[in-house]
Amino acid sequence: MNKTKKISYITTIVIVLILYFILIGLMQAGVISRFAKGILVIIAINIILAVSLNVTVGCLGQITLGHAGFMSVGAYSAALFTKSGIIPGIPGYLIGILVGGAVAGLVGIIVGVPALRLKGDYLAIITLAFGEIIRVLIEYFDFTGGAQGLIGIPRYQNFTIIFFVTVLSVAAMFSIMTSRHGRAVLAIREDEIASDAAGIDTTFYKTFAFTISAIFAGVAGALYAHHMGVLGAKQFDYNYSIAILVMVVLGGMGSFTGATLSAVVLTILPEALRGFNDYRMILYSLILIIMMLFRPIGLLGRKEFEITKIIDKLIKKPGDNAI
Amino acid sequence: MKKFRVLWLIVAAILLITACGGGGEKTTAPDDKKTEDAGKSGDTIKVGGLAPLTGDVAIYGVTATNGVKLAFEEINANGGILGKQVEYVVYDEKGDPTEAVTAYNRLVDEGIVALIGDVTSKPTLAVAEVAKNDGIPMITPTGTQKNITEGKENVFRTCYIDPFQGVILAKLAQKDLNAKTVAIISNTSDDYSQGVKNTFVEEAKKLGLEVVADEFYTVDDTDFKSQLTKMVALKPDVLVISDYYKYVALISAQAKEVGLESKLIGPDGWDGVLETLDKSNMDAVQDALFTNHFSVKDTAEKVKNFVDAYKAKYNESPSAFAALGYDTAYVLKQAMESAGSVDKKAVVDAIKAIEFEGVTGKFKYDEENNPIKAVTVMKIDNGEYVFYSVEE
Amino acid sequence: MELLLQIINGLSIGSIYALVSLGYTMVYGIAKLINFAHGDIIMIGAYTSLMMIPVFAKYNLPLWLTVVPAIILCVILGVLIERICYRPLRNSPRIANLITAIGVSLLLQNVVMKIFGPDFKSYPKLFDFPPLVIGRVRLGINVIITILLTVILTILLQLFMQKTKYGKAMLATSENYEASKLVGINIDSTIMLTFAIGSGLAAVASILYVSSYPQVQPQMGSMLGIKAFVAAVLGGIGIIPGAVLGGFILGIAETLTRAYISSQLADAIVFGILILVLLVKPTGILGKDLKEKV
Repeated sequence: MNKTKKISYITTIVIVLILYFILIGLMQAGVISRFAKGILVIIAINIILAVSLNVTVGCLGQITLGHAGFMSVGAYSAALFTKSGIIPGIPGYLIGILVGGAVAGLVGIIVGVPALRLKGDYLAIITLAFGEIIRVLIEYFDFTGGAQGLIGIPRYQNFTIIFFVTVLSVAAMFSIMTSRHGRAVLAIREDEIASDAAGIDTTFYKTFAFTISAIFAGVAGALYAHHMGVLGAKQFDYNYSIAILVMVVLGGMGSFTGATLSAVVLTILPEALRGFNDYRMILYSLILIIMMLFRPIGLLGRKEFEITKIIDKLIKKPGDNAI
Repeated sequence: MKKFRVLWLIVAAILLITACGGGGEKTTAPDDKKTEDAGKSGDTIKVGGLAPLTGDVAIYGVTATNGVKLAFEEINANGGILGKQVEYVVYDEKGDPTEAVTAYNRLVDEGIVALIGDVTSKPTLAVAEVAKNDGIPMITPTGTQKNITEGKENVFRTCYIDPFQGVILAKLAQKDLNAKTVAIISNTSDDYSQGVKNTFVEEAKKLGLEVVADEFYTVDDTDFKSQLTKMVALKPDVLVISDYYKYVALISAQAKEVGLESKLIGPDGWDGVLETLDKSNMDAVQDALFTNHFSVKDTAEKVKNFVDAYKAKYNESPSAFAALGYDTAYVLKQAMESAGSVDKKAVVDAIKAIEFEGVTGKFKYDEENNPIKAVTVMKIDNGEYVFYSVEE
Repeated sequence: MELLLQIINGLSIGSIYALVSLGYTMVYGIAKLINFAHGDIIMIGAYTSLMMIPVFAKYNLPLWLTVVPAIILCVILGVLIERICYRPLRNSPRIANLITAIGVSLLLQNVVMKIFGPDFKSYPKLFDFPPLVIGRVRLGINVIITILLTVILTILLQLFMQKTKYGKAMLATSENYEASKLVGINIDSTIMLTFAIGSGLAAVASILYVSSYPQVQPQMGSMLGIKAFVAAVLGGIGIIPGAVLGGFILGIAETLTRAYISSQLADAIVFGILILVLLVKPTGILGKDLKEKV
C-alpha cells in the first residue's frame, strides 16, 4: 500500500506538471486561441464552484441555494482588496484570493451557525433568502459600487496562477473530505441522529463543511472578479446557484471527479453548440428531473473516476485472457 | 493515498479540455445568424457585433441588431465601405457579462476590425474593460451607463448617457410642467434607473424644486402601491418613473389606482410603453412626457427613409434601439471612410473627430467619448406617441 | 389614515401570498415536499387565462371567467407533475425530491419562454369598475375581491378538511403517513387530491394576481412562489390557517417596511424577519414543536 501511495503521489504531480506545460506550450505556440483560453479560465472557476458546492450537497447532504451569494462575497471582497492597492501586483492578487476565501468563509460561519440548526428544507430557503439579502446589500452600499457595479478591478490573466489555484483548491477539499473530519461529515449525511448518538459533534461538523464550501466559493469569486475586471450584484442570482447545482447533480453528488467533469462539460457544451442555446435551459431542467428519477446519485454516483484503476484493468484483462 | 486520486482526476479532466480546445477552434464557424463564408478579410471588412438575442433582455438586443443589419445591407448595396463589402458577425451573449467577454474573445480571434456592441450596460462595461487593452474601435449603440467610456480611448457610444437624461427631465419638470414639488421612484437593482435618478435629484435641487419622495423597488417587484400611497399625501406635481416600460406600465396603472394625480415623466426606457399597456389601462399614461432618441413621426427625410425601410424589412415600427443601432453602423462607415483604412488607431481617431448626422440627430464626441446631441421629448396622447419638443 | 391604507395594501398583496402558500403548505404537510414548481403553476394559470381572453371576448363572457380554463389546466398539470415526477420519488431522500422540484420549476419556465418568448405580455383589466370611495379612502375593486375571495376560500378549505372524508384522510396522512396506510387510506389518491386542490388555488391566485398587476412573464411565479413559501414557513408549514396568517403578515410587513422604514432595503428586511422567526421558533408561528423520533 505504501508503495502504491508513493507511486501515485509522484505520478500525479508529474502528470499535473506535464499537463500544465502542455497547456502553456500550446498557448505560447498560439494553438490555443484567445477564445479557448478564456473558456479555460471559466472552466477552472466552475470546477472550484462545483467541487465546493459538492462539499455541502454531496458530502453533507444539505441543499443550499445561495452558493452564488458566497461567490459574490468572495468576488467583491477580493476586488475591493486589490483595488485598494495595499499590496500591488501579483502578490496582491494572491493575497486578494485568500481574502476573498476568508471573507466568504466568515460569512459562511455567520450564516451557517444559525441556519444549520434547522433541517434540510429550511436550510435551502434560508440560504436562498441569504443570497437575496447579499444582493440587496451590495446594491445598497456605495463602496460596492451600488447598482452601477464595481469597475476598474485590476485584471490578471495569469493562467499559471489560475491553474494551480484550481488544482490546490480541489486537492485541499478532497483531502479534507477524505480525512477523519470529512468522514464525520459523511456520517452526518447518512444519519444525523445516529452520528449524534455516536458522539460526533453534528453542529460543529455541519458548520465545518458549510464553511469549507463557502471559502472555496469565495476563492472562485475572487478569480472571477480579476478575470472580468467588473462586477455586478445581479450576476450572482438564484439562477447562477442553480447552474452550479446542476453541475453537482449531473456529475454525482458526493463525487469530486464527477463534479469536476460535469463542470468541464457543462461549460464547453453551450459554447460548442451555440445554436442550441435556446434549448439549453430546457435541457438542464430535464437533466435534473430525469437524473433524479432514474439515477438519483448522478452519473458517477459517489464513486471517483480513477486513472490508476482503469490502467490496472487494462493491464490485467488482456493478461487474464492470455492465461 | 486516496487524497491524490483527485489529482488524477483533474489531470483527466484537463486533458479532456485540451482535447475539446481543438474542438473549440473548429466551432468558430459563425453562428446561425448571418454571414456567408466570405473568405479572409482581404476582400471584406469584418465587423463584430454583440447583443443579447435570447434571454430576458433579448428584445433590446434583437431590435438594436436589426437596425445595424439594415444599415449594413444598405451600405453593401451602395458599394460597401472603401470599396469592400461589410461582413457583420453578431454573437448572442444572453445579457450575461461573462458570456459577452467570451464571445468578444471569439470575435477578436476571427479578426474583426471594429465592434458594434454591446447593448445593455453591464455586459458592455465588461467588454469595454477588455477591449480597452486591444485598442479596437468599439461603439455601443445603447449602453447608457456613464463609466462605460470613461478613460477608454477606443470606446464610444451613440446614445446619450443616463445623467444627461436626468438633467433634461428636471428642466422639463420645472419649465414645461411648472412643478414645485417632484417625486421619483426607481429600481435599486438597475444601473440605468439609478443613473437617471441620481442626476435628476441633483439637478432638481439645483433648480429649486423640492424632492418630496425618493422611493425604490427591486427587480422582481410588481406591487408599488405602498410607495405610491405614501406619495398621495405629499401631492407631488410631477412623478418621475425612472425605468424601462415594463415597470412604467405597472407603476402608472397603480398610481392611478391609488389616486395619485401627479404628472408623469420619464427617460427613454419609456419607449414601448404604449405597446405594452393594454387598451383598458391606457389612460394611466395620458399626457406623460418622456425623453427619447428620435421620433417615428419625424418628417426629416433621413428619418422617414429609415422608418419606411425598417417597416418594409421587419414589419414593425423601429424602436429607439433600432435607430441607435442603425446610426452606429453609419458612424463606423463614415469614420472608416475618413480614415481611409480600417486600421484600429486611424479609425478610433476618425470616430473621435467625427461630425455625424443620423436619424437620432446631429452629434460629435466630447472628451469622454460621449455624443453631444439633442434630446427628443415625446408626449403620450390618446394612446399615441406625439412629438413634443427638442431639448439641447 | 395613511396607515390604514397601507395595511389594506398589505392585505391585498398578502392575500395573494396566502392563496399561493396554501398550496405549498398542503403539499408540504402531506408529501413532505417543497413544491418549487408551485409558483410556476401560477404562471401557467395566468398564461392560460390570457390565451383564453380572445375566445371569451368573442362570446361576450366576462373576462374573469377565464379562471375556469385556468383552474382546469392547472389541476391537470399539478396532478400530472405529481404522478410523473414526484410519486416515483416518494421514498427517496429529501434532497432528490427537492432537486426534482427545482427541475420541474425550471422546465415550466423555460418551455413557456420558448413558446411565448421571454418578454412580458400585458393583460387587460379584469374587473372594470370604478374604485370604492369611502371618505378619503379609495379602494380598488380588485383589492376588495382579492381579500374577500381569499377569506372565503380559506374557510371553505378548512371546512373541507374538517368535515369531509377526503379532508380527514388528508389530515390523517399528514399526521402519520404509515399509520394512515394501515387504516386503509389510499395514500396515492390522497396526495393526488392535495396537488389538485393546491393547483386549483394557484389558478385562482393567478387571476387575482393579474387583475392587480396586469402583466404575465415566464418568471413571474418564481419570486411570488418564494415569498409565498416564506409565508407558509412563517405561519408554520403544514398548517392551513398558518399559511393564511403567514401570507397576511408577510404582505403587511412588506408594505409597512416599504412605506415607513426603507423601500430600498425592503427585501433584505423581509428575508431577515424570516430568518429571525425561524431561529426563534423553527416551526413557525402556529407550529407545534415535535421531537424527531429515532
